[in-house]
Amino acid sequence: MQTEEMRLDGNAAGGALREVFAQEMTAALATCTGCGTIRPVGALLEYGHRMGVVLRCPACEAPVLRIVRTPGWLRVDASGISFLTIPGEPDEATREGRRV
Amino acid sequence: MPPQLAWRVATVLDVHDETPRARTLVLEVSPWPGHRPGQHVDVRLVAEDGYQAQRSYSIASTPEEATVALTVERLEDGEVSPYLCDVLRAGDGLELRGPIGGYFVWTLDQGGPLLLVGGGSGIVPLMAMLRHHARADAAVRARLPVRLIYSARSQDVVIYREELERLDHRPEVEVTLTLTREAPTSWSGYRRRIDREILDAVSWPPSEMPQAFVCGPTALVESMATLLVELGHDPACVRTERFGPTG
Amino acid sequence: MADRPFIARGFHGRRAPVPPDRLPPGQYETRDFPVISAGPTPRTPIEAWDFTIGGSDGRSVRWSWDEFRALPREIPTVDIHCVTKWSKFDTTWEGVSVDTLLEAARASKVTEEAFVLAFCDGGYTTNLPLADVTGGKAWVAFGYDGAPLPPEHGGPARLLVPHLYFWKSAKWVRGFQLHTHDEPGFWEQLGYHNRGDPWREQRYQGDP
Repeated sequence: MQTEEMRLDGNAAGGALREVFAQEMTAALATCTGCGTIRPVGALLEYGHRMGVVLRCPACEAPVLRIVRTPGWLRVDASGISFLTIPGEPDEATREGRRV
Repeated sequence: MPPQLAWRVATVLDVHDETPRARTLVLEVSPWPGHRPGQHVDVRLVAEDGYQAQRSYSIASTPEEATVALTVERLEDGEVSPYLCDVLRAGDGLELRGPIGGYFVWTLDQGGPLLLVGGGSGIVPLMAMLRHHARADAAVRARLPVRLIYSARSQDVVIYREELERLDHRPEVEVTLTLTREAPTSWSGYRRRIDREILDAVSWPPSEMPQAFVCGPTALVESMATLLVELGHDPACVRTERFGPTG
Repeated sequence: MADRPFIARGFHGRRAPVPPDRLPPGQYETRDFPVISAGPTPRTPIEAWDFTIGGSDGRSVRWSWDEFRALPREIPTVDIHCVTKWSKFDTTWEGVSVDTLLEAARASKVTEEAFVLAFCDGGYTTNLPLADVTGGKAWVAFGYDGAPLPPEHGGPARLLVPHLYFWKSAKWVRGFQLHTHDEPGFWEQLGYHNRGDPWREQRYQGDP
């Protein structure tokens, strides 16, 4: 079975993202450092499985965000994100989402 | 928005089978901050020797209900789903955290029309959305019609079959079922994977600007999302949730 | 936050009883072969594939696929251990010993250094001490279980270093860079151990 059939998306990393950012992040818009495309974190492709979280850009496959939890530490490589736009309260977010 | 996402132990109130392969767990989670249809919980199982396994399960119930329901499909070679489907019983504790999710969510105020496309257990979060829609008053529902397309291998593994048949009778709801592997001879519906022809026939055209949610096995989600965008839907209005290989 | 985890009644996971001295600490035996990848499966056409070993001075040695397949090969049977806690016994591979490759590198005057950074299609990297890939401890494998290595398990070729945690056995490997210093690879940058000996449970940076 190919890796692509197994891959998940940023939704599956929702719990881990909450641990890092202390708020809901799947609706946040991330700008990929690799190619500049902007996507909701929930729409990024998730790899890494139980090693950690690796979120990749669907357009250029570059790693956008990487997270590993080790005893005593949470290590994050966010160098693949050049901008992050985090929506406010759910009501604001949904109105914003429709305009986008 | 609750600041903490802590692990806590829910109590299983009831378990009941939806199909020979899927079971709904009704949980009391206290305190529960409420949730939005489409969100999920992470479930963690720890054995006596410390061995741990963790999986995510979509919430099947609506925010209006007092209890939280998860519908779990038993994966043949699974590690967690056989436990949840075969061993867990009323009175047991179940460790979970949630609700989680902010992208693949839909509440009435997000508007519509609503296009829900699901395969296999991908129907679960879509059902939470549909149930939430069903509780709105008639005027709201009339302005916000729903079309659901659900792909299942055979009739006996269609989750929520009777409830979907009832909801389909409502004027503002259309449910299209397609059976991909086997169908009874009396079956007059679609007998293949969801394709462009089926979407053209029973989904919303892009001119309606529906809010689309696609969930199920990764391969289905990716092909459906690509197809919807090819048909002209705004990619920002096509939200996806992949469930992995077997979904 | 609970000090003692909640124990799920009747939960065992997918495990079978195992001879105690065969399993490193904290591991559980599996009979299947989980696929764990940090990215999509690369699709390098075999005509474009090569394997190179290069040093910091710029000298390198290179094999095309045909040249690589002409090298002496071995068929090791080994146990493998993943840091995510599964271990699989008696896996059989076919490949070229890294000793063979390093010997050719030496003959081409590539300076041998104390550390290796293995690099792969798709951008994955992992670092290892040179001492951990010499002396018959490592291979570049193109066969698994009597058949060509499938793409999801690293085919056309992967590194195989069974005495270390399996994230060091880099899939889709394309070569080694030899360094004087230890350059953390993909997972090591995020906190996994620079060496990764399962018998000493070296899972994370800081583990002795």
